[in-house]
Amino acid sequence: MDASPAAPHRPEKRHHWIVRATHWVNAVALTLMVASGLRIFNAYPAFARKGESFCCWPWEGQPVPAWLTFGGWLSGARNWHFAMMWVLAVNGAIYLAFVWLHGEWRDLAPRRGDVRDAWEMIKFYLFVRKTHPHQGKHNALQKSVYFALPWLGVLAVLTGLAIWKPVQLAPLTGLFGGYVWARYWHFLVMLALVLLGAGHVFMVFAVDPQSLRSMVTGDYDESRSPEALNARPFLRGRPKPVLTIATPAHPSTPMASTPTRIHPPENPSVGSPAATSPSSSPEAVPAVGNEDGAGEDEVVIVANPHVGREDATRVVDQSDGEEVGR
Amino acid sequence: MMDRRRFLALGGLSAAALAAQACDARGPAGALKVLRWAERRNESVERFLFRHTSMNHAAAEQLVGNRMPSYYISRGPPVWDEAVRGKWALEVSGAVRRPLRLTLEDLAKLPTVTQRIDHFCVEGWTASTQFTGVRVSTLARLAGLQPDAGYVDFQSFDSGYHESWDLESATHPQTLIAFMREGRFLSSWYGAPARVHSPVKLGYKNTKYLTRVVFMPQRNGGYWSDKGYEWYGGT
Repeated sequence: MDASPAAPHRPEKRHHWIVRATHWVNAVALTLMVASGLRIFNAYPAFARKGESFCCWPWEGQPVPAWLTFGGWLSGARNWHFAMMWVLAVNGAIYLAFVWLHGEWRDLAPRRGDVRDAWEMIKFYLFVRKTHPHQGKHNALQKSVYFALPWLGVLAVLTGLAIWKPVQLAPLTGLFGGYVWARYWHFLVMLALVLLGAGHVFMVFAVDPQSLRSMVTGDYDESRSPEALNARPFLRGRPKPVLTIATPAHPSTPMASTPTRIHPPENPSVGSPAATSPSSSPEAVPAVGNEDGAGEDEVVIVANPHVGREDATRVVDQSDGEEVGR
Repeated sequence: MMDRRRFLALGGLSAAALAAQACDARGPAGALKVLRWAERRNESVERFLFRHTSMNHAAAEQLVGNRMPSYYISRGPPVWDEAVRGKWALEVSGAVRRPLRLTLEDLAKLPTVTQRIDHFCVEGWTASTQFTGVRVSTLARLAGLQPDAGYVDFQSFDSGYHESWDLESATHPQTLIAFMREGRFLSSWYGAPARVHSPVKLGYKNTKYLTRVVFMPQRNGGYWSDKGYEWYGGT
């Protein structure tokens, strides 16, 4: 992304158009795959071979509710499943190739400290911690899910192939423990995808509805990120920015020669309560809403010239002197 | 931005409404054509994956043959009534140089194979049992296949049930015209006097109550295939 100081202030594209397109194709394809798969499952809602019992499924013989299924009947569901599987697999391959070649995988790859960061997020959501942990493009919980989903997708494809062709691809089926087990893993992988997907959709609406827009248009207003709003599910703080220009929070990262995209002193609108910027650039936050709660939590948004696009604003909680994040 | 948000909300709502309507439905009618097309494309992939050397053997600890379900489309298990229809004989005909008529005794005199393989039902269950029979490839050799024979139709006296196969799957070494199960002649629950049995096709492709094996230059559909199930139905 261009970080040249001459560039006009406009919201950065948060998601590349290929990511946005593959996301929505995947949303449709995965939904149809799950629903048609459940219809196929209902034709024999159990895992045991005929005349045997199966150790690891307490609901043998219980079909899933029909309203969760798609395809109408076994044959219809199979035809949908075996057509949509190509859309899912090819779309997934395009996405994975893109994030690999374009470098987006770096936003998702696990790093040292992710476990601790995820724990901090959990503490924050459970109100044990007062302030939202500092994050990059995604918080640590999101990252773990977005990292796991592609792998689960790969597993879904492999276990699916194993039960589609148990004779012609017998070595693959054997790898999963035979047909019965491969079918079971295929189902469990689907369950994991559904659970993580449902959590993802819930969090989009409950914590960061703006991300829905960013997955359509690509635009994202960092000043209204969950971190900036200290957002928990259904509890979003108002942006209460008392804009002060602080010294860089990270003197340990000497990158002073880096051109700064954010340079508040040159922006005459910053700090003026009357200023409302038509653009949603993160640094031009109108100072609204600080009249009611000025004393109760002093939030300072520090424009930090040393961090990248997603870290354009940092929240410093002065009440206990602790800098949020690291 | 409000407009966009409202647009998104409306779009989401209408999508949800459409989805709710479509649930447990067969999907839009226009999609059928695409699904048919996809099925034919899948068939090429399946035929590409197919190997005569891919064998199946049911694991020894999973021998539960007598729990194999019994399926037929007639009202009761179809029984060949000799008093009405005469002695049963299997007809091997079509694109062959020497059409055959084989009684059960004739079949039993041919080289037989005994195998315990998995039976893959389209519904998702598997079962295994031991079948004894003659390879379809043996019959094809005896009858002398003509070069234009690319398909086989397995026909039955079970209310017109039949399923046609590609020749490659039919001549797989594990595709049998089975007439014995667990060392005894078949009962009418399992397709007596003879049936097709193979691990390389889903259960519904394995015609029971067999009367005719017809080699053909083109495919001839099938009972379930014509109702919408995949014609290829390979495993």
